Amino acid sequence: MEETRKIRVLIAKPGLDSHDRGAKVVARALRDAGMEVIYTGLRQTPEQIAETALQEDVDVIGLSILSGAHKTLFPRIMKLLKKQGLTDVMVFAGGIIPEEDVTEMKKLGIKEIFGPGTTTEQIIHYVTDNLPKRD
Amino acid sequence: MTRTQEIAQGVLKGDRRSIAKAITIIENGTPEAQELIATVFPHTGKAHIIGLTGAGGAGKSTLIEKIVREYRLKGKTVGVIAVDPTSPFTGGAFLGDRIRMQELSTDEGVYIRSMATRNYAGGVSRATKDSAKILDAAGKDIVIVETAGAGQSEVEIVNVAQTIVVMHAPGLGDEIQAIKAGIMEIADIFVVNKADRENANKTTIDIQAMLQMSNKKDGWKPPVLKTVALTGEGVPELIEKIEEHRCFLETDTKHRESLLKTKAEAELIEAIKEKVSRTLLDQLRREGKLDKLLSEIVEKKTDPASAAEKLLRKTINHA
Repeated sequence: MEETRKIRVLIAKPGLDSHDRGAKVVARALRDAGMEVIYTGLRQTPEQIAETALQEDVDVIGLSILSGAHKTLFPRIMKLLKKQGLTDVMVFAGGIIPEEDVTEMKKLGIKEIFGPGTTTEQIIHYVTDNLPKRD
Repeated sequence: MTRTQEIAQGVLKGDRRSIAKAITIIENGTPEAQELIATVFPHTGKAHIIGLTGAGGAGKSTLIEKIVREYRLKGKTVGVIAVDPTSPFTGGAFLGDRIRMQELSTDEGVYIRSMATRNYAGGVSRATKDSAKILDAAGKDIVIVETAGAGQSEVEIVNVAQTIVVMHAPGLGDEIQAIKAGIMEIADIFVVNKADRENANKTTIDIQAMLQMSNKKDGWKPPVLKTVALTGEGVPELIEKIEEHRCFLETDTKHRESLLKTKAEAELIEAIKEKVSRTLLDQLRREGKLDKLLSEIVEKKTDPASAAEKLLRKTINHA
């Protein structure tokens, strides 16, 4: 038996936008950094995302959103994660989230927001440096 | 109660968070994995485990989604383990099987887990097999294990599942060659997916022709079915055949018993291999002799088999 603790990441696309190039680039970069990346595909409800995070026992969730509905969807996702007892999962987000919303999003418990221009290295480093302690 | 015992008890109650944690423990191969399996093992054996394998792009995930729906209509609970390859270069994996099954994710009677092959020493089989046991012990009526069709892992699925469905689709190139090598013998049911495409008939006939040449020892004649996974066409018939095969296994008690023993033997052999190699290697490492022995093999002073035998004899004599 080999003992290998792998970082498991869920990359999720909440809501109705269908632009997943960014999500796929991030998923691929994290995979190439040696992580196991589960991709949900497009148009996920907060319920689907929270339940997937639970079943897949992920350490990290990356939310990608470009529709502008983050103020509606993110609070619901965070609430459901809490309800499922997944408070030890690190959540980051990316896509198009206006500067003035960032503080509000972080107050929900989203650890970091990556906007356009972020390099994949930045995200990889952020994930490895901020990995939650989970038992 | 230890944390592992808490998780094991949670699994037996069907608690989804406990199932998730249990599978992670198994995947990581930590010492708790053994304790976990030991606790749930007496509660396994109730689920029917279906192995589904086939070439990439055949439509496995899409078909599984439809199979699960069909079983849910019959009131059965289902667990799915979807295996995708780990990169041998980076150790990372992209697990995308869920994409086709996400609508099932909020159904409480369904549990889906994506799993990477992680280049396990014993192939993909140990982790998937033990994870299937977890889902079985958690009370799932049906457990489906999906493996990507690439060489050895297809054949290993025999040790995990009771009914094996081998999938094919027209237009994937001449996979008949691949089918010949081993996979023909493991299939209990063949599925030609994308049956609405031209050439689907030819693929079906090719498989049927191949089947006439082989003969399964157990007396079961593997049917060749046609499906269109996207629409669900042919899926009720597939379920019927799976159930038929299950009945076939259950009525012939003598055959069933020998089958169970064969599986038990394979599992025991695997466990012995793992334990022995780990014990011997750990000892070598502790004594700091591993590097020296490896050099001796490189310099052709000894060969791996002789070195292994010498090690084993020494350990047995000491015990």
